[in-house]
Amino acid sequence: MSALPTPAAPATGRARRLRENLVAYLFLSAGLICFALFAWYPIVRGVLLGFQQVTFAQPAEWVGLDNFRRLFDDPLFATAWRNTGYFTLLALVFGFAAPFVTAVVLNEVRRGQSYLRLTVYLPVMLPPIVTMLLWRWFYDPGPGLFNNVLGVLHLPAQQWLESEHLAMISLVLVSTWANMGTTTLIYLAALGGIPGELYEAAELDGASIRRRLWHVTIPQVRFILMITLLLQVIGTMQVFVEPFVLTGGGPNEATVTILLLLYRYAFVYNDFGLASAMSTLLFVVLGLFAGLYLRLTRTKD
Amino acid sequence: MAATEPRSRTLIAPAELTRPVGRFLHRFVLGTTLTGFTLAFVFPLYWMTTGALKTSAELSQPHPTLLPSSWHPESYAEAWTNTGLAGYFFNTFLLAFGALLFQLVIDVSAAYALSKLRPVLGNAVLAMMLATLMLPVSALLVPAYLTVVDVPLVHVNLINTPFAIWLPAAANAFNVFILKRFFDQIPAELLDAARIDGAGTVRILVSVVLPLSRPVLAVVSIFAVVGVWKDFLWPMLVLPDERKQPVTVALNRLAEFMPANQLLAGMVMASIPLLVLFLVFQRHIISGLTAGSLKG
Repeated sequence: MSALPTPAAPATGRARRLRENLVAYLFLSAGLICFALFAWYPIVRGVLLGFQQVTFAQPAEWVGLDNFRRLFDDPLFATAWRNTGYFTLLALVFGFAAPFVTAVVLNEVRRGQSYLRLTVYLPVMLPPIVTMLLWRWFYDPGPGLFNNVLGVLHLPAQQWLESEHLAMISLVLVSTWANMGTTTLIYLAALGGIPGELYEAAELDGASIRRRLWHVTIPQVRFILMITLLLQVIGTMQVFVEPFVLTGGGPNEATVTILLLLYRYAFVYNDFGLASAMSTLLFVVLGLFAGLYLRLTRTKD
Repeated sequence: MAATEPRSRTLIAPAELTRPVGRFLHRFVLGTTLTGFTLAFVFPLYWMTTGALKTSAELSQPHPTLLPSSWHPESYAEAWTNTGLAGYFFNTFLLAFGALLFQLVIDVSAAYALSKLRPVLGNAVLAMMLATLMLPVSALLVPAYLTVVDVPLVHVNLINTPFAIWLPAAANAFNVFILKRFFDQIPAELLDAARIDGAGTVRILVSVVLPLSRPVLAVVSIFAVVGVWKDFLWPMLVLPDERKQPVTVALNRLAEFMPANQLLAGMVMASIPLLVLFLVFQRHIISGLTAGSLKG
């Protein structure tokens, strides 16, 4: 066995601690620089930008609440919030229920489970742009698949993306199709973790399947359900690719969402101050929602 | 948790399934789910793949055909060469593998420092990193874009360079978090033993920590590649030069001009690498998903 190397400077522990910290921060440095440049600094700057007028030509100018005033004067601002709220609500109805029902069913089927798990996740692996282009083609009023299927079933053809009433629902359908795989697999993992004895005990007490679902399954995965609900609301409030590719915000601005409007402000009109004011507002609203939600749903344990 | 174990008891009792009614219901539910899922999730992929084999004329017929009336596999080759998709694929590969490299090097060393070297204020640094996960992505869109246009202190413009993708990708708190959590499980005695044998800090990371961390490194790598491959908005903003765009951005731009069958061929080709990745690494992807969801 080789002789133990004696620590370089056993004299002072403090010098050693200092050297160890230096080494540690050397390892951390690249990460710290990346986070500082592309996360921490932009957070602060984003809030400041909301109160500034920004052009590439001159240095940013402080304009106080001007941007916020201009936001509230823009009729599209209210439209965007209303549309986004509607999208989020619909997405919750579909996107929250569908994966849970799917997961419960998948957890019960005795055969084909791995095939089903695989297929439900396939859309998640498609690049969103591919999904959108594919569905744009399905929705096509002419050779589109959906209207042809409706035709076979002797149902009237629909103006999927061209009707003010249907456009948002069409976007939610794509979005649910594309994203439900992730949530389904997360639920499935949670369901797999429920101890079987709980079901056996409930069964001995004479609980029906429905009561077992209500009193055993749901309470056991309650935490995961709560968190995914929160994450889904935060995620769907920031919907962008769907309206950007499929409708461009139309027809008649019926699918202009917050992020689509933010994109227009920033990258079409180059009004970075106005866009930042909008993202600050979104940030505040989502933060308040998350805080309130977590407070209301907190359990006593 | 392991799938190979005999099934543990679930909502419906085995006895309930062996009764005639239960057996019928199970078969019915299984049948409808299998058909429904195949129609909903596999059929669109079939439609896309075979659509690319049809002629553009056949594609624009009012009544779509289930099978191409004549097969035109050459549309794949045409899409690859005529519209420059080959170049866009090369860009995507470059962006994805660069991002992978940056994320691995930067996030692994950060997680190693936080987990094993434990500097003062390490926990505060970790908390500040994790705090960025709470932030809606869109809140950073504009300020991060302006940062890329003119990087503070050094005043470099990263627009139209791959660094505009690589560097922000490395600021990934989720990676640091799962890597650190994995490193935490590696016993300190192992590192002490290596140190006694004369291994330095880097040597310990490379020869002790990394070989033990293969599963988590696989998760981080897969998610890095998938993330960049699927991304659309950010590369569209920071890579306005058409020759530098990844295939996702290019497809959306070209969708207006390309013949329908070539566009579909391009869409199929843009999806294949991710689908293959998923089929090969299912296990890792699913474990990564569940690592991401907070366990109660």
